[in-house]
Amino acid sequence: MNQYNISIEAINLKKVYLRGSEEIPAVNDVSLRINRGDFISIIGPSGSGKTTLINLLGFLDNPTSGELRLREQAIFNHGKHLSERELTKIRREIYGYIFQSFYLIPTLTVMENVVLPLTFYRKPGTEDEAAKLLKLLGMEHRKDHLPGQISGGEMQRVAIARAMVNRPEILLADEPTGNLDTKRSGEIVEVLKGLNQSVGLTIIMVTHNPELARSAARMFEMRDGQISEMDRKSP
Amino acid sequence: MITKFQVAYKNLLRKRIRSILTLVGIALSAWVLVSLLGFNQGYEKALNKDIDNMGFELMIMAKGCPYEAATLMLKGGTGLKYIDESIMGDIAKEPEVDKAFPMLMSAVFDPNKGQSGGIAGYFGVDAKSFSELKPSLKFRQGKWFTSTDTYEAVMGYEAAELEQREVGDMILMPEKNVEFKVVGILERTGTQDDGTIFVPLKTLQKIFNRPHELTTIGIKLKKGVDSARFEEKLYKLPDVQVVSLAQVKDTIMKLISTAKVMVLSIASIAILIAMVGVINTILMSVHERFQEIGILKTIGAMPWDIFKLIWIETLILCAIGGILGIGLALILSKVTGILIRYVMPYAPSGGLVLIDLRLVLVTMVAILCIGLLSGLYPAWKAGRIRPLEAIRSEVAR
Repeated sequence: MNQYNISIEAINLKKVYLRGSEEIPAVNDVSLRINRGDFISIIGPSGSGKTTLINLLGFLDNPTSGELRLREQAIFNHGKHLSERELTKIRREIYGYIFQSFYLIPTLTVMENVVLPLTFYRKPGTEDEAAKLLKLLGMEHRKDHLPGQISGGEMQRVAIARAMVNRPEILLADEPTGNLDTKRSGEIVEVLKGLNQSVGLTIIMVTHNPELARSAARMFEMRDGQISEMDRKSP
Repeated sequence: MITKFQVAYKNLLRKRIRSILTLVGIALSAWVLVSLLGFNQGYEKALNKDIDNMGFELMIMAKGCPYEAATLMLKGGTGLKYIDESIMGDIAKEPEVDKAFPMLMSAVFDPNKGQSGGIAGYFGVDAKSFSELKPSLKFRQGKWFTSTDTYEAVMGYEAAELEQREVGDMILMPEKNVEFKVVGILERTGTQDDGTIFVPLKTLQKIFNRPHELTTIGIKLKKGVDSARFEEKLYKLPDVQVVSLAQVKDTIMKLISTAKVMVLSIASIAILIAMVGVINTILMSVHERFQEIGILKTIGAMPWDIFKLIWIETLILCAIGGILGIGLALILSKVTGILIRYVMPYAPSGGLVLIDLRLVLVTMVAILCIGLLSGLYPAWKAGRIRPLEAIRSEVAR
């Protein structure tokens, strides 16, 4: 068991994009500490920098400056740049990702989609994980269906199972309910809450929907590239 | 678990028509390649067989174009010149000569042959020496003629089939109105002999009023004799020319090699087009799956994993296309042979397209190598897709 309490810590994190000669700070001096087992949500209007921030926290991109620590170990500091290969290694060992557009492979069955990450990387002891997850998420009866044969809510459940199959420590969910109706959105957030409570999974969720955001234990708001904590529920 | 192979294979099923069209392109190229290489070895083998079946190394004939004469010997035909039979005695005395065989070739117009008539070839031979010359000839029915001047005939397999004759039947020589009794029918040889009617030498000389004249003398040399040196010796004989069958073969093969180079160029272009087709198909597939590939990298795929996935898709296409093309070539090898025979000025008898296991394996390996080569760029491009770009493209959407 890894001995650490802080999953991710961002210190003065900055990401600047160049538009011609103009510098656009998408994430501007963000400091944030996410503890192990936290369920946090980030809301904010379009263009506020929330997706850029989640990409940085999820090691999908290199920050321009600042420090980013993972499991209390400094990964990015003082403009250090990781290669795509190094980023992939971190991602596949620690992270699971779900997206608004599910991104299931249409020619593979539900079960095949879930086990797909194991084709590239497999943690020991994950042999039966896919079947267990499908059962947990109520998708066992759909395991031989193709994505085109199931509903949007069910597709997102499959995407969650795929993200969880390698037992990640942190789950990043970027607008996971963006393509779902209110009822299905509520169901997906309940699934995420269940995973957070049952296996102590750290979850970072970006959403437009304040009501869903309130389901998380901690809620942050992004505005003009800067972050502020809005609410903190007692555990 | 699901393997990379299964993922790649299932992806090809996503755009079935496109995958099938690419397969057709590869299959056609493989067909052309196998047929051409099969022709390459089949033609040479058939020519060797034809020449070996003649049973001698040298031919003596009247002066004229030696290759025309040699071709007429191989194909049959008219317009031959004649040599005096007495030369036969001189040649037989030479110490280098193992055996010498007199032959008289004649042709008559048969109005009942084919739709508008055709040439019927008659070969005047000495039964004893001819059977020594061609020990491989076997009789389906009957035997050789009883003497050198009887009105008896031995028919090649196809000639007998065409004329529908059995041993004991009579056969009429058109133009000359002479009847022969069929005393033997040969088994199929796959050579020019199948279409020939053999009659006694002296009888044919008498019918065509060519007493003591021959068209050809075949010479079989003793073992270890230097053929070239002996040819020099024969040049001293008046009004005759010596044709070495090895030279004839070399010359025909040289002529054929020019045609082969042309066909090989066409085949190379076909393969190049198929390669471009494969690259295009895979590149389009990579482009369409830009986001999906990015997500695969998010869920743990390394650039090399993606490279392999795309490479496997290319290999599957090439392997299936190659197998289909080779199968097509095997099924259609006879038709290809007929087509080649139709366009070639001279084609030996027997199968012209020879496709064996070695050729099949060589072609398959070549096609797979071409596939690996074609897949390199799309696979490299796919491997370089960054997950962030894929996610951003979703946002842009």
